[in-house]
Amino acid sequence: MTSEIIHMGGIRKIYDTGKVKVEALKGIDLVVAPGEFVAIVGPSGSGKSTLMNLIGCLDTPSDGHYRLAGEDVSKFDRDELADVRNRRVGFVFQGFNLLPQISAFENVEMPLLFGGVPVRERQERVAEVLGRVGLSDRMEHKPTELSGGQMQRVAIARALAMRPDVLLADEPTGNLDSSAGGDIMQLFTQLWEQGRTVVVITHDMSLARRTSRIVEIHDGRIVSDTTVAPRLPGICAFGAPASDSAKGPRSLA
Amino acid sequence: MSRHDIAVILHLFSRSARLQKKRATLTIASIAWGTVTILMLLAFGEGLKRQFSRNERAMGENLAIHWPGETSKVWKGLPEGRPIQPRIDDIALLRERIPECDAIWGEMRSGRTALTYGRKTVNAGLSGVNWEYGDARKHYPQPGGRFLDARDEEEKRRVVFLGYELAEDIFGKEEPVGKTLLVNNSPFTVIGIMQKKTQTSSYGSQDKGHAVIPITTYKALMGRDKLWVLVLHTARSEDMENALARANMVMASKYGYDPKDEHVWGIWNTVKGQEISAKIFLGMEMFFGIIGALTLIIGCVGVANIMYAVVKERTREIGVKMALGARCGWITGPFLLEGMIYTFLGGLAGAAVAIVIVTLLGLIPSEGVQVLEFLGKPTLSWPSAAATVAVLGTAGVLAGYFPARRAAAIDPATTLRYE
Repeated sequence: MTSEIIHMGGIRKIYDTGKVKVEALKGIDLVVAPGEFVAIVGPSGSGKSTLMNLIGCLDTPSDGHYRLAGEDVSKFDRDELADVRNRRVGFVFQGFNLLPQISAFENVEMPLLFGGVPVRERQERVAEVLGRVGLSDRMEHKPTELSGGQMQRVAIARALAMRPDVLLADEPTGNLDSSAGGDIMQLFTQLWEQGRTVVVITHDMSLARRTSRIVEIHDGRIVSDTTVAPRLPGICAFGAPASDSAKGPRSLA
Repeated sequence: MSRHDIAVILHLFSRSARLQKKRATLTIASIAWGTVTILMLLAFGEGLKRQFSRNERAMGENLAIHWPGETSKVWKGLPEGRPIQPRIDDIALLRERIPECDAIWGEMRSGRTALTYGRKTVNAGLSGVNWEYGDARKHYPQPGGRFLDARDEEEKRRVVFLGYELAEDIFGKEEPVGKTLLVNNSPFTVIGIMQKKTQTSSYGSQDKGHAVIPITTYKALMGRDKLWVLVLHTARSEDMENALARANMVMASKYGYDPKDEHVWGIWNTVKGQEISAKIFLGMEMFFGIIGALTLIIGCVGVANIMYAVVKERTREIGVKMALGARCGWITGPFLLEGMIYTFLGGLAGAAVAIVIVTLLGLIPSEGVQVLEFLGKPTLSWPSAAATVAVLGTAGVLAGYFPARRAAAIDPATTLRYE
C-alpha cells in the first residue's frame, strides 16, 4: 500500500485546437497523502479545472506521469479510466449533476451498479451513505423535489458510495446560498475527520481556508503550497489551528 | 462482454424504457407500419405472381406446340418450299422415339362447327385429340363427368367433352352430361364438362368455348388424317430441349428435310414463356421489395432520429455516467439494444397485422370477380418473410448504432462543467 493517493510529476496538458495550441498546465508536481484535505485555488483560466479533470481521470495528461493510489493511470485507455473513476474517485460537481428522472436512491446506486456490487449490498450501501449525509427520509425523492443543499448531499452520498480513495469536489458550494454552502463544507470537514482524502477545487479563499492545505495555481503552474492544518485531526499531535477554530477541523464527533 | 456488462446494460435499458414509454410506443408503431407496408407489398406481389402463373399454366405446362409449315432449304436433291404434313401415324412413331416426353398427341381442328341440341344450334371450335390431351391441357372434368379415354379413341366412339362456357351456351341450366348432341349432324354423347379455370394463353381458341372429340372419331367423321398441330409434353421443363431436338430428327428423317431448317415447324415452346414470366415476376417482386424496404428504412431513420435527439438531450447525463465509471459499452449498449428491441417488437406487431390483413383478404370469395381472378390473393411467403427480417434487422442495428456512436464520443470533462 502506497502512502500517496495522488502522485503527479511534470504534468503538462496541451489543448490542440488545430490552429492554436494552448498549454493549460505547464508542469505540475503534486503529491497528496491519505487523509489530506486539499484546496486547489486559482483564478479562472489558471488551469485548475484541467487539473481537476486530470486528477479525476476524466482526461489524460499530454506529458508527465500520474499515479493514483499507486496505479499509473497516465497511459490507461477509456474503459480502464472508467474503472479507475468508479473505484477510486468520488466526484462532487458545482451543478450537482444528478440524473433528474430517477430518485435519490437510484442516483446513489448508479456507481455501485457500474462497480458490479450485488443488488442486496447496493441497497445497504445506498441507505448507509444517504444516512451519513442526513437524507435517510428523502431516498425516494427525485432531485427536482429537493433543495440545492439536499441535491448536493445526494451527490456527495453518490461520491461516497464506492468508498473511493479520494473525494474530488469542483466548486461544491458555488451553486448554493451561504448557509447551505456552509453545511456542505461542514460535511466535507466531517468526512475528512473520519479519515477521507478530500480535494476541493475553488476560487473562494474563505472556503479554502477551511481545509488543511491550500495549493494555489496560476497560469498552469503551482505558485504556492501551504499546509495549514495537520493531516489527520484528532489523531495527529499538532491539534487544531489556533487562529480560527470554526474554520479549522474539529475533533472527531 | 462479461455478465457484468450485460447486467449493467439491461439495467440501464430497462430504466430508460420505463421512463420513455410514449417514445417507445411511437417508435414501435412506426416500425410496425413499415413492416406492414413491406409485407403487404410483397404479399400482393406474391399473390399476383401465383395467380398469374396459375392462369398462365391453365393451358398446361411444358408444352411445345408444332404447326407444320414448308421447307426453306434444298435437301438431298429435293427442292425448297415443300409442305411437310404430319399425319396421325406419326404420333405413334414419335411416342416410340422420344422417351423424354410424358405425352405426345396430335390435334385436328375445325374452327366453326355446328353443334345442335334440340332446336338450338351453336357454332364452335371442334378439336379431335388423343385422350392424353386431357390432363396435360388441364381439361379436368366437373363432378359427374369424365374426359375422353383410351377406349373412346380405340373404338372411335361418338363422345364429346365440352368447355364450360360452350356447355352453358348450348344447354343453359340443363345438365349436359349424358345428353345427345348433334355435331355436324352426327349424334354425339356428352361425357363431361370442363372445370372452370382462368386461362390467359391459348392457341386456336379458349378452352372454355370448344368441344373435344377423340381424334379417331374426328378422322372418321371428317375423312382426313392430316394433323393441325402436333404437341409434345414433358414432365420436367428441363427435358423439353432434348425432346424437341429428337422430334426434329425423327420427323426430318421421315419426311426428308434438312434438320437445320428452322422453317419447317412453327414451334411455341411454353417453357421459354414460363422462364421469361418468372424473370418478369422476380423483377416485380424486387421492385415491390425495394419500395417496401424504403418505407421501412424511413421508419428506421425516424427511430435513429429520435435516438439522436435523446443522445443530445442526455449529453450531460451520459457525461455523468461516464464520470461515475460507466464503460463505453455501457453507454452505447442501451442505445443499440433500444434500436434492436424496438425494431423487433415493431416488426412482430407489423407481421401480426399483415397476417391478419392477408387472412381477411383471403376470406373474400374471388369466384366470379374478374379483378380478383387476375390479381389473385395476397400471399405471405417464406422468402418475403426472410427478406423483411433481413431488412428489419439491418435497419434496427443501424438505427441504434449511429446514435450510440455519437453517445460514445461525448467527452465527460466538457459536459460536466457547470454552465
